[in-house]
Amino acid sequence: MKKENYLWSAIKTGLLGGAIAIFICLVGMVEIFSKRDVIEKTITLGQFVLLATSIVAGFVASRRTSSLLEQNKPVPNLISGLLAGLFPGIVIALLVIFGNQVNLRAVFLNASPALYDLLTFKKGVGNLWILPTAGAISGLVGAAYLLLPEILRRPINRGLIFVIFMALFSGLFRVVMINQGPGMEKTAKYLFGQTGLTMEGTFIFFFGVVTIAMLWNYQGKAIQSRVAGLPKGGQISLRVATYALIAYIALGLPQVSGPFIAQVIVTVTLFILMGLGLNITLGFAGLLDLGFVAFYAVGAYTVGLLTSYGPFGLQHISFWVAVPIAVLVSMAFGAVLGLPVLGVRGDYLAIATLGFGEIIRLLAGSDFLAPYFGGPQGIIGIQKPCLGILGEFLKVDVPRVCNGIELGKPQDIYYVAVASALFIAFVAWRLRGSRLGRAWMAIREDEDVAEALGINLIQTKLLAYMLGAAMAGLGGAIFATLIGSIFATSMQLIVSINVVSLIIVGGMGSIPGVIVGAIALIGLPELLREISEFRFLLYGATLIVMMLAKPEGLWPSQATLRELHHTDVTVETKA
Amino acid sequence: MRTSLGERVLDLVVSGFLWGFRVLIVAAILIGTIVTISAGKYTSEQWIDFVVFGITTGSIYALIALGYTMVYGILRMINFAHGDIFMTGAFGAYFLATWLNGTGFIDKNPLLGLLIPILFAMLVSASIAMLVERIAYRPLRGAPRLVPLISAIGASFFLEYAFRGFFGPGKYAYPPIKALEGSWNILGIGILKVQVIVTIAAFVMMALLYSIVMYTKMGKAMRAVSENKDTAALMGIDINRIIVSTFAIGAAMAGAAGVLYSIVYRQIDYFMGFTPGIKAFTAAVLGGIGNIPGAMVGGLVLGIFESVGPSLFLEGLGIPRPYQLKDVIAFTMLVMILLFRPSGILGERLTTKKA
Repeated sequence: MKKENYLWSAIKTGLLGGAIAIFICLVGMVEIFSKRDVIEKTITLGQFVLLATSIVAGFVASRRTSSLLEQNKPVPNLISGLLAGLFPGIVIALLVIFGNQVNLRAVFLNASPALYDLLTFKKGVGNLWILPTAGAISGLVGAAYLLLPEILRRPINRGLIFVIFMALFSGLFRVVMINQGPGMEKTAKYLFGQTGLTMEGTFIFFFGVVTIAMLWNYQGKAIQSRVAGLPKGGQISLRVATYALIAYIALGLPQVSGPFIAQVIVTVTLFILMGLGLNITLGFAGLLDLGFVAFYAVGAYTVGLLTSYGPFGLQHISFWVAVPIAVLVSMAFGAVLGLPVLGVRGDYLAIATLGFGEIIRLLAGSDFLAPYFGGPQGIIGIQKPCLGILGEFLKVDVPRVCNGIELGKPQDIYYVAVASALFIAFVAWRLRGSRLGRAWMAIREDEDVAEALGINLIQTKLLAYMLGAAMAGLGGAIFATLIGSIFATSMQLIVSINVVSLIIVGGMGSIPGVIVGAIALIGLPELLREISEFRFLLYGATLIVMMLAKPEGLWPSQATLRELHHTDVTVETKA
Repeated sequence: MRTSLGERVLDLVVSGFLWGFRVLIVAAILIGTIVTISAGKYTSEQWIDFVVFGITTGSIYALIALGYTMVYGILRMINFAHGDIFMTGAFGAYFLATWLNGTGFIDKNPLLGLLIPILFAMLVSASIAMLVERIAYRPLRGAPRLVPLISAIGASFFLEYAFRGFFGPGKYAYPPIKALEGSWNILGIGILKVQVIVTIAAFVMMALLYSIVMYTKMGKAMRAVSENKDTAALMGIDINRIIVSTFAIGAAMAGAAGVLYSIVYRQIDYFMGFTPGIKAFTAAVLGGIGNIPGAMVGGLVLGIFESVGPSLFLEGLGIPRPYQLKDVIAFTMLVMILLFRPSGILGERLTTKKA
């Protein structure tokens, strides 16, 4: 077969990059991302995203060139990088020219003069040559990056990621540091500007990280081998110290971070909790449950009805009694809903459970059940948990005012959520290696074989489904208490999709993966308003990309890793 | 086989529960129906209105369901993004029709004013579906079953929120077509012109699709591929081409359905594809997934049930404002079908094991 010309391949990459760049412009990302700067007064996040398209195009084209020519030759690599970077620039320039002639705004809301201003760096249409030039330079940078020796590439990579991270969160760091006192305030203002990093800050962070990473390159092996050389006791105490540090940070963070971040951390924790629950259903047993929100709703409404002082509260029992009841009710719902559909095959199950989620939401919001569940008004006035002497916990009629310590703030609920998440993680971890856990995985791999091996399919699936439901109920119950009210409109399919996505991003069946996934998918968009606008767009893209590139997730469990990459499992013979 | 007493008791409880569930639903429907009919609140004309409206929406569902069923027949995969393909068609037609309306073209040539947006919507939907297939589905062919489904869910969200980004979260109204206002008197019953035209259009499209599948060479190839991919490939059929054209044809039907839907409901927004998508999937399962006439029957049955149901049996059960629960009927039907007859009304070929 004749090999493709590398120039043609670079042009194709460039055109693809151009299409992506146009998409980014028209979908509104450039404009919204431009409210935040990467480097203050120099480059906005929106412009950075566009330049990144060119850089990546240049990098990809250059890598393709290398594989087509079967070697790394600087000149063809740089040429193809330049070409691939040039095209997004040209395409955007064409967009600006075209947009100034024709009113694109009649169709695309974002094709506004403000966008064209941003695209031309506010220099007007006369200076359009900037765009292709910037694109070409970015493409060259991408190509040059490929040519760098490995030993430089990794530190630079780290440095760039760190700078972007610091830039995204500069507002947060700035506020936290300024709150620490006047000494820190000066440093904060030196490093962080109002909307992004300062030029000085960028250099300090970038070169700081690059230096550290270089040092690690030379010294890292030595340190690792010294750690491995430690006696067993030493290793264990090192590990304990690491865990203790993580625990200290995890428990202390909400106290120092202020109410906004505390709220985000609680939300992330609750999603970790629910992720761990769905992980049993989806990750262990392989049942795709898109109706997770149904049980979340059941848990939330049960706690609401049992503890609310609002018009629909039936009882005023203590939070500590209401939550176990909510979990049991959710579990029962799991059994009732699960039984009819668990006999059907996997992808039917997904749609059927999705139907359940919608049924529960429609029923809860309907006038039919409004006398019981408040309909569109929802349930309000849900009691906060109260810590007190033992009798306080079990009260059937708690007073409106808490006699002990009221866990009213998000920071307080956080500890309840963490404790529940730890408990669920423990349950999941113990179940995975158990007889039941192995039966689930057998079903996940092949139902027919599992049945032939004597596993009762319905019973085993039902258990997974009920456990998932119970944990969704727990999540819903804590969430209702955190917010203090429940509305049927918040029980959308989106909640289920959130949980499914975070499991898939983190790695199906993997417990640390759930935590990584929840931080990435729930935490980041909550912290960054700009990103939260495009949250679900990015979710969609993430799901597709994960399935294409890394179906095992960011932090996979060992079994899935082996299964999905079809590597032969080496049979270890006992020596 | 050795089974312990506990397991036998459990089996008994399970099947008892399932039978109880079936009996309960049937009883609820029967009682509701009897109460409503004996109360005599609605005239027979109103019932006919309900049924006609049901046929109209049902034929739209059927049109969408065709895409689900054809893709499922060939790839054994639920194209979760199909509802959003329907939405893209509606948006495409909206912008063209608004422009045409501005020039006065639709008022002058009502027939072309209807046809051109439909054709454009079919084109838009088919191209987007081909793109989605190329990017999100083709590389995953042969992967474990959940992998393409999750990718499809991702594609669905991506399309929805990309369109939200492009066109904003607001609702658009399809331009009014003057020729479709008012009603016709058919056999002494007044029926809205929109409903008649939309139903006819949907049936024409279905007939078109059916003849493509049954009487053209490509249709023959499609049937061969859905029967057995490997053998079809050995017979010299280009599998990739057939799969892409299946996606494109199914999507074109969905795009046409999108226009018809927005003519009836006059509302277009980025999330409009979700509920009709699920309902069309229900229709496909109802008729027997993989079965083209089944999708048509399923769509009509679902449409009529959904339109008549709230007044027929929900109201009889004493439920206030039963129209709020219209969608609950559709979703319950999905669960019931999976429970009673997973192979659907017309589906004999696919048992749960093979499907």
